[in-house]
Amino acid sequence: MMKIKFELNNKEYVFNEDPSKRLLDILRNNFSLTGIKEGCGEGECGACAVLINGELINSCLVPLANVHNKKIMTIEGLSETKRGKLIKDSFSKAGAVQCGFCTPGMMMATEALLNKTAHPTVDEIKIGLSGNLCRCTGYNMIIEAVLLASKEGEGLW
Amino acid sequence: MVKHIIPNSLSEALDYMSKDEYKIVSGGTDLMVQKRAWAETPPKFDQNTIYIFNLMDLKYIKKENNKIIIGANYPVEKIKDFKSTPILLKKAIEIMASPALRNLATIAGNIGNASPAGDTLPILYVHDALVKIVSKNNSRIVPINEVILSVRKTCINKDEMIKEIIIPILEFTKTSFVKVGGRKADAISKTSFTGAVNVKDGIVKDIRIAFGAVNVTVVRKKEIENKYKGLSVLELQSRINEILNDYEPFIKPITDQRSNKDYRKQVSLNLLKEFINNL
Ligand SMILES: Cc1cc2nc3c(=O)[nH]c(=O)nc-3n(C[C@H](O)[C@H](O)[C@H](O)COP(=O)(O)OP(=O)(O)OC[C@H]3O[C@@H](n4cnc5c(N)ncnc54)[C@H](O)[C@@H]3O)c2cc1C
Ligand code: FES
Ligand code: FES
Repeated sequence: MMKIKFELNNKEYVFNEDPSKRLLDILRNNFSLTGIKEGCGEGECGACAVLINGELINSCLVPLANVHNKKIMTIEGLSETKRGKLIKDSFSKAGAVQCGFCTPGMMMATEALLNKTAHPTVDEIKIGLSGNLCRCTGYNMIIEAVLLASKEGEGLW
Repeated sequence: MVKHIIPNSLSEALDYMSKDEYKIVSGGTDLMVQKRAWAETPPKFDQNTIYIFNLMDLKYIKKENNKIIIGANYPVEKIKDFKSTPILLKKAIEIMASPALRNLATIAGNIGNASPAGDTLPILYVHDALVKIVSKNNSRIVPINEVILSVRKTCINKDEMIKEIIIPILEFTKTSFVKVGGRKADAISKTSFTGAVNVKDGIVKDIRIAFGAVNVTVVRKKEIENKYKGLSVLELQSRINEILNDYEPFIKPITDQRSNKDYRKQVSLNLLKEFINNL
């Protein structure tokens, strides 16, 4: 057990935990943030993606120790922001959601991408989302959704 | 009881490591998968563990005297975006999985993991990169091919860690990095080929070749390279069969669930042939 401190969705937390636990499990079990999913548990699907200090990271690969003193944003936090709401709308408008399992991770990847590149090309979108698997949509609608968000969110990123 | 340490500085980390044995966790992208237990149970770290990913005194990249110096926990995504990073290294990083992995993965971790399929390793070999290894009272600089001894075996002692990787900036007129894998993102190399040449006035001044995932460590053979330096490009191309024969004995891939050995060998040699023929 160790004292761990982090900022999660803009709130500070200090608590005692086993630092080798996966961030994914801590967020789902200790904080009931169940938007992030465990797809593969080995870094390949992106369903567990969060932002750590603004960077897209698969939380199934992160021991709690590695987020000590860091800022974490999950889909629950992103959804509260203007940009998050816009990404959500774009995904529904473009028909980019079917079963929804991949959607939180896709939205986090979209936020990370638009933060770096406000007007990405289709190729840049493919690279930005390359770590996120979707078994339903065939990806085209997801790419559409990102293009839509980038267009309608003019000035937000 | 197993100890978990989040040190505040490199010297504090080395101090702990001088007293007890610790497993180093950096980005965790290899270890969290290797130690993975069942979903929702903590990974099985059954030994003392020290977490170094957030040590600020290892998070740097700089260009100095025609060398790139990369701190041990600097993530590969940022190395790729650094303007002076050698083009071959950028290429190898670009096809390492996805951004969400590259934000964590480190070159020191790729070295520490010592897998023959580590994608940054052939690039380090081709550049004759050096690895600075430190302990509480010592510091040594070791060439990459002497750091990695075999599959999952390195020369790094229990009280030591990699502090930085030093990559000389070299002049090449043509380079190639080809990774053959299953899927574009997130594929472990079945085999990889790295080639670099410096051709001036039609003469091959320098030629460097490395193969990944076809032996217990990366294959780079300076004796073979030296044989062909100083030839014209046309002479080099006319001796392609001899070159292939020179490398053939060192391409000893294994058969595993990812691929079979004959396929790997043939592909490796074909990539070499293509590189030479297209100079
Ligand atoms: C989904 C996925 C895809 C991947 N794709 C690729 C790929 O395409 N190509 C590729 O090459 N690899 C790939 N990997 C493997 C992995 O990401 C790399 O090997 C990475 O470079 C490891 O870095 P890390 O910091 O995360 O290592 P860690 O897991 O933290 O450590 C790995 C090993 O290195 C040791 N170590 C770490 N830092 C140091 C140090 N400073 N000094 C001494 N020892 C140290 C650790 O003790 C451990 O033994 C992939 C992994 C995953 C999960
Ligand atoms: S669950 Fe983390 S990447 Fe698949
Ligand atoms: S919508 Fe079902 S996995 Fe993407």
